[in-house]
Amino acid sequence: MEALKNELKSKIIEILNLEEITVSDINDDDALFGDGLGLDSIDALELIVMLDKDYGIKLVDPKEGKAIFQSIEIMATYITEHRVK
Amino acid sequence: MSVNKNYIKSFCTIQKNQIFLNGETVFSTEDDLFAGFSKKAYQHFEINYPKFFKMDNLSKLTFLGAELLLKEENKNSEDNNTALVFANKSSSLDTDVKYQKSISDSENYYPSPAVFVYTLPNICLGEISIKHQLKSENAFFIFADYDAVFMQNYCTILLETQKADKVLCGWVEYYNEDYKAFLYLVDKKGKIEHNHEQLKKLYNQ
Repeated sequence: MEALKNELKSKIIEILNLEEITVSDINDDDALFGDGLGLDSIDALELIVMLDKDYGIKLVDPKEGKAIFQSIEIMATYITEHRVK
Repeated sequence: MSVNKNYIKSFCTIQKNQIFLNGETVFSTEDDLFAGFSKKAYQHFEINYPKFFKMDNLSKLTFLGAELLLKEENKNSEDNNTALVFANKSSSLDTDVKYQKSISDSENYYPSPAVFVYTLPNICLGEISIKHQLKSENAFFIFADYDAVFMQNYCTILLETQKADKVLCGWVEYYNEDYKAFLYLVDKKGKIEHNHEQLKKLYNQ
């Protein structure tokens, strides 16, 4: 699980072009949207595409992302339970 | 109908790794691609807006110019009615090409929303509007070359019809590392008269 969390942090930094942020800057429980990392709706779409591409998880309803992308901890748990690759 | 005189309050040119503000060099770097140049400029002017790094090159170019001209303008203004009138030659072609490449491989099909969102030139006006809280008129035109007469006329109509109190105008061209931005703020006060002869002169400086 720790490896997956670090993998997710690296992917988020790379995909969302968060140049000023490092893996160690993101805590497992930090909010990813709003006051946390400050991600926006386009970033949420990027994360949905990433779930599909890298873990084979298809979110039929984009609103599901709101619950899944709350934090790295919640994302990692969801991916572990639903990944198909 | 008599038309009031308007003025170019400030102007900015960005090209070949250099930034000029009101005719003076305010930043330059050597031997850098646009990505390195824009990042160094962002740091030099102590801009604190992390969303900058997510923008495409056309938006970064536009954002930097607008930042220099608007940062002192809007500090004390709650009702900021600054219109935006921009134009270029290549539209968003630089990003369009990147997006096309990202979806051309059917084995590794990856339509990135963050790239796709920049496949329109007027997204850079949205970036300025968000940063400076502008809820004003905006337009982005595509021309073969810089058209000073059109820009002057369009800007004057906005001011004369009281659609805007000021207008930020610009030519922001970016394609494949070849770029030029010429932005200027038109106001009712200033030293340089706003007319197309003056615009051509400043554009070609």
